[in-house]
Amino acid sequence: MLEQRGYTCIGPQVREQAIQYDVIHHIDELPRGVSDDQAPGHYRLKNSGHERYFAWANGPQALKPLVFSPSEPLWQSANETKGQIKFQEILPEKKPLAVIGVRSCDIAALYIHDKHFLQHGYRDPCYLARRDELLLIAVNCTHPAKTCFCVSTGDGPSAHYGYDLLLTELDDGFVIQAHTEKGISVKQQLHLSAVTAMQLEALDRAMAQSKQQQRHLPSKDLSYELMENLTHPRWEEIANRCLSCGNCTSVCPTCFCHSEVEEPALDGTHSVHFRQWDSCFSQKHSYIHGLTIRPDTSLRYRQWMMHKLGTWHQQFGRSGCVGCGRCITWCPVGIDFTEEARIICEGKEYD
Amino acid sequence: MTNPYLPMQAEVIERIQESPNMYTLRLRFTDPATQATYSFEPGQFNMLYLYGVGEIPISIVSDPKDEHIIDHTIRAVGRVTNAMSSLNVGDVIGVRGPYGRGWPLLEAEQRDVVVVTGGLGCAPVVSVLNYIANRRERFGKLNIVQGVKHTCDFIWRERYDHWRELPDTRVLLAADDGEPIWPFHIGRVTDLFTQMEFNREHVIVMLCGPEGMMRVVVKYMLEQGVAGNKIWLSMERNMQCGIGHCGHCQYGGKFVCKDGPVFSYEELKPLFGKRGF
Repeated sequence: MLEQRGYTCIGPQVREQAIQYDVIHHIDELPRGVSDDQAPGHYRLKNSGHERYFAWANGPQALKPLVFSPSEPLWQSANETKGQIKFQEILPEKKPLAVIGVRSCDIAALYIHDKHFLQHGYRDPCYLARRDELLLIAVNCTHPAKTCFCVSTGDGPSAHYGYDLLLTELDDGFVIQAHTEKGISVKQQLHLSAVTAMQLEALDRAMAQSKQQQRHLPSKDLSYELMENLTHPRWEEIANRCLSCGNCTSVCPTCFCHSEVEEPALDGTHSVHFRQWDSCFSQKHSYIHGLTIRPDTSLRYRQWMMHKLGTWHQQFGRSGCVGCGRCITWCPVGIDFTEEARIICEGKEYD
Repeated sequence: MTNPYLPMQAEVIERIQESPNMYTLRLRFTDPATQATYSFEPGQFNMLYLYGVGEIPISIVSDPKDEHIIDHTIRAVGRVTNAMSSLNVGDVIGVRGPYGRGWPLLEAEQRDVVVVTGGLGCAPVVSVLNYIANRRERFGKLNIVQGVKHTCDFIWRERYDHWRELPDTRVLLAADDGEPIWPFHIGRVTDLFTQMEFNREHVIVMLCGPEGMMRVVVKYMLEQGVAGNKIWLSMERNMQCGIGHCGHCQYGGKFVCKDGPVFSYEELKPLFGKRGF
């Protein structure tokens, strides 16, 4: 039905032993009966033992690559005649996208990127072109992973804003709520039956249960605590484990750093100016004519945490962490961001 | 909506070799309408693009009232700046800007002015000095202090000679290691500080250059009783977009490219001089 309306549908599916978002044509492609097991540095899919479609927590990516592409051309230049360069902007193709199964943490991250790319000064034309075309079909998260802590950041597990349609999965179907005109018009085309009081009760029970999460972050601006602990010995201790690989920043739905690169054509007729995701864990990120501002891993990890939990508040009026837990799951050595923050800011480890 | 990433074509009108590895490109947009509407403040920068090589941020050194030409003085230190050094008159490059917040020149009017630079640091303040020189009566005592490592790094000697002739103006120059013909101070630029003349209640201090040098000047000025919000510094960090999106230039919560590059010491104080920011 969405395809008939001109949407390309993007939905979760099992790819390379993980839940990934990609083009989807049929409901059978959804990860029905699949569940996941996540822990620091650990991700495994397993059989859920029931027939639900969304009985899993987020995989490595969801919305971020759809609006802020891992690599995209910004413009190209050509010097067909000597003494002249012709510049031409390159914008993403306009393509209405319906994204099925978006979680509240990712909507919170999308709103941060909206501020960054569209509301603070210059509007980013590539981000805008993709963002404008989104139809978001959210799913209330009933199966958070052990690495999730969205309750403590205030970003989940229920979605309260930013979606067009919202689904909550129950044993006997879905409760569907529409939030926008686009969402209402899609909903009107569905053959739905009225929700029963028992189903609403089941929904409330499911969401209350989903709030029981093991991990949490102090839900406040930690600028002061971090500034007081710039030389905490824990930074070096983390650096002994951290590989500086940048997995955390790639999977983080709020990380926006990117570098610009030039790709000249081999025949010299034109050259394309790209941007691609970058990471504050890379050597080049802080390079400036002969000097690297953050040559050590301890300084890079400190930069990443201070930005997320401290200076982000100055920039965006909220923390840069939405509690999705991806940086914990996808860290190859299992560094737990929430625990490190507690140790550095509060002097406490998990029990 | 105009695309903020898209450069405009500009032509090299003149190229000046300032020192063995420093050169000035005098540019003009090839589209007359673009040139006519272009305006900037001293302390701001442009992103310069060399075809097939890449983009770099470079501060603007010409006078903002000069409608016909935009000057950039560049040191050949990296891939793009080295490649750009082979540009000649008539060649074209891409330019977009201006970006960032410049020097507080309106606030500086009627006040004494101290400008301290080190190394190539003088480039971002040359437009300030030209600006003040052309409007000398609006400012109080003027102190121009410049330190270089080697005497060969000292460029624009004739400009300094010109500034030295301005009323109520002191030009203090130092080189760490000087040749016999160097007529100025040999040693640290800090040795010259006591020769500056200014009223600490009515002064604006502008600094540009290596952060170690700026730290020393800030410390000295604070000891003299100059308020932190009257000391201004031009900061440098890795910049790729120039418009606050790419994230490289972050200094704590500030984006150097759009919140700076010129900041008051008061704004930088919590992090200034701390390693890793």
